[in-house]
Amino acid sequence: MVPRLNCIEDVMRISCPHCGERDLREYTYLGSAKLLERPDGDAGFEAFYDYVYIRENPSGENAELWQHSSGCSAWLHVVRNVSTHEFLSVKLAAEAKS
Amino acid sequence: MFYSAFEILKQGLTGNKGWKPVWRDPAPKPEYDVIIIGGGGHGLATAHYLAKTYGITNVAVLERGYLGGGNIGRNTTIVRCDYGQPGNSEFYSHSMKLWEGLSQDLNYNVMHSQRGMLQLCHSDEQVASYRKRANMINARGDEAQIIDRDTIRKRAPYIDLDNARFPVRGGLWQKRGGTARHDAVAWGYARSADSRGVDLIQNCAVTGFDITDGRVTGVQTTRGAIKAKKIGMAVAGRSSEVGAMAGLRLPIESHVLQAFVTEGIKPFIDYTISFGMGHFYINQSDKGGLVFGGDLDMYNSYAQRGNLPRVEQVAEAGMAMIPAIGKARQLRSWGGIMDMSMDGSPFIDKTHIDGLFFNGGWCYGGFKAAPASGAAFAHLIATGQHASFAAKFRLDRYKTGHLIDEGGHGASPKLH
Repeated sequence: MVPRLNCIEDVMRISCPHCGERDLREYTYLGSAKLLERPDGDAGFEAFYDYVYIRENPSGENAELWQHSSGCSAWLHVVRNVSTHEFLSVKLAAEAKS
Repeated sequence: MFYSAFEILKQGLTGNKGWKPVWRDPAPKPEYDVIIIGGGGHGLATAHYLAKTYGITNVAVLERGYLGGGNIGRNTTIVRCDYGQPGNSEFYSHSMKLWEGLSQDLNYNVMHSQRGMLQLCHSDEQVASYRKRANMINARGDEAQIIDRDTIRKRAPYIDLDNARFPVRGGLWQKRGGTARHDAVAWGYARSADSRGVDLIQNCAVTGFDITDGRVTGVQTTRGAIKAKKIGMAVAGRSSEVGAMAGLRLPIESHVLQAFVTEGIKPFIDYTISFGMGHFYINQSDKGGLVFGGDLDMYNSYAQRGNLPRVEQVAEAGMAMIPAIGKARQLRSWGGIMDMSMDGSPFIDKTHIDGLFFNGGWCYGGFKAAPASGAAFAHLIATGQHASFAAKFRLDRYKTGHLIDEGGHGASPKLH
């Protein structure tokens, strides 16, 4: 199933790949999608410092993780424009990671 | 122009035709001793203290929009010093002392009103936690006390003490807490800095930094190149964007926080009051509007507008605490961009680039911090040393393990 993109500003309904377009209140935001890319255990201090604390924090497109916590519980990889709140893509985090 | 009761009387009797603009609108010079990027509360305060305390007046404040057009002019105006962690504790305590003399220091009425701040507790555990906090505040030399239900009932009879889900068990009372007129803080600092020779340059966006051999030499702006050997960034909300131009990678995310105001009503809420079982805080402005806010919208945003689920949640929390406010109609809301740091505490520090200084990460506590932030940042820029009351706001504190995590939430910017 291809998720339908939601381009209406401010409404912020997210198209869950399992459940379809649902209200923002069903979702929980975690943060940057860089959290999917955890360094290997022997990657060293700087790599883990960067992973835990540093954020690119762009004003345009941001790749981020949301969970459909009041729905199917799936973790989602979402690309969103954080200046317009427009959703550009939604896919399962499990698929984004591979 | 020196403001006095006599001047107001004189102007009032002569049709108020003698008031003049209180700051100039200069074009940028080719070079300054110090450039401050950001004409908000922190940048303007820094310019004031640079000029007044350190005698450095060849200073430009570069503002992309207009002075005080960001969060300093749109917030819930609360001034308090109830922090407990070393680092924050002495800093906000110092800020409160600066607030208490600010109108006199600036000869500008910032309408600092120490009406008292009441933070409600709703469980025995919360009473114990707030008692610990009160002890920390008292140990530092500021005043706080735990008050019981009967005292709260007498002082604020409109609070729903017997809310079925969140009954009120007591409250943390800080009598020096209160509010200030947010715009006046920006205007007072701006006027003071300008009158001492600081150039306040509006409609001037920084587009890049000139860096040679690890030293900053100036900035590129929409109004041309400007040179300076010392440059301070005070652009909280957009720290990551401006910092990226200088190659800074920061432990900051930008989130949206909403603030709300209702229509003006008769005097009703005497204090600043916060709800302990949800994030909600309220006070009444001198115009009569109920000014209140809650939590972040909980996702990254630079949009400067909030979303309806948070409006609903804030309204519910407010209604649970003071049911009567449900009759007031909301007039306006504002979504500001917050520099959310990874431990909920700010940064005032040098950067890896010589001559480039960083002030940011104010989360949603920047308003009350503005005086001490400006004083500390001016001290750092002028002397190269950290001010004694702001010595722990280091950019490398996550590397060295010296986090200042007031809430104990860990490395998640939205939870602080």
